[in-house]
Amino acid sequence: MSMFSIFNVSGSAVSAQSQRLNVVASNLANADAVAGPDGQAYKSRQVIFETVPMESPASSGVKVSSIKESNEPFKRVHNPMHPAADAEGYVTQSNVNPVEEMVNMISASRSYQNNVEVMNTAKTLLLKTLQMGQ
Amino acid sequence: MFANLTNALDFQSKALVLRAERQRVIASNIANADTPGYTGRDINFKQAMGQAMGESSGLTLASSTSQSMSPAGTTHTRHIPLPSSTADGSGANGKLDYTVQTQPAMDGNSVDLDRERASFVDNSVRYEATLRFINGSSRTILSAIQGQ
Repeated sequence: MSMFSIFNVSGSAVSAQSQRLNVVASNLANADAVAGPDGQAYKSRQVIFETVPMESPASSGVKVSSIKESNEPFKRVHNPMHPAADAEGYVTQSNVNPVEEMVNMISASRSYQNNVEVMNTAKTLLLKTLQMGQ
Repeated sequence: MFANLTNALDFQSKALVLRAERQRVIASNIANADTPGYTGRDINFKQAMGQAMGESSGLTLASSTSQSMSPAGTTHTRHIPLPSSTADGSGANGKLDYTVQTQPAMDGNSVDLDRERASFVDNSVRYEATLRFINGSSRTILSAIQGQ
């Protein structure tokens, strides 16, 4: 039946959005982490979405094809008293932008809710179709 | 004789299949609302319905004098009509249109999530309406058969 594939499509979208939320959570958690002795701090990560063709041209799911690290310059804060300060007294922090991550989170959550609603509606319609003629 | 009874059911059941197909397309659009480079698809319901009805009715042979293209896609009675190209025999005939892009986006995504949600709700209501029409028709036929 053609409407059953909606569960595959929306299920893939829900899974992709939750991976995106996962990445946002990781970024926010590591927003204040400082660089280790090798000078490399936490690089902010983003998911890359890709369309996955499903059974027919009408259905396309989505998947996370890769997670990319951002190459923005690290944040350098002058704090000579910090134990991880380098020779010039600068502490290298991660390049996470918290405002951008919050916007990402709102967008991911909205998409997630939309796809859950699509699944609920499809389920209701299919159940009503089953009762056709009774 | 039975064709007279089931003609109304025939129309509504084709509409139901098309509505389900459109539901899938809109669900795909909503799922891919964040994918860069994705272009939104849609089904032109009126056109697809007309095609589905035209294929089943026997009008292609009778209207040889008309100049317009027959529903099977031929312009002359001696042309061989092409079969519909979908693997699962759905009414959309494998041809999906594109949604109208309202706002250009930097990542090349053309899906307007609000319009897709509205279309989804609209399509759901029409699907349910079609279900009710089918129920009503089948109950009418049953009561006629039972003679009540």
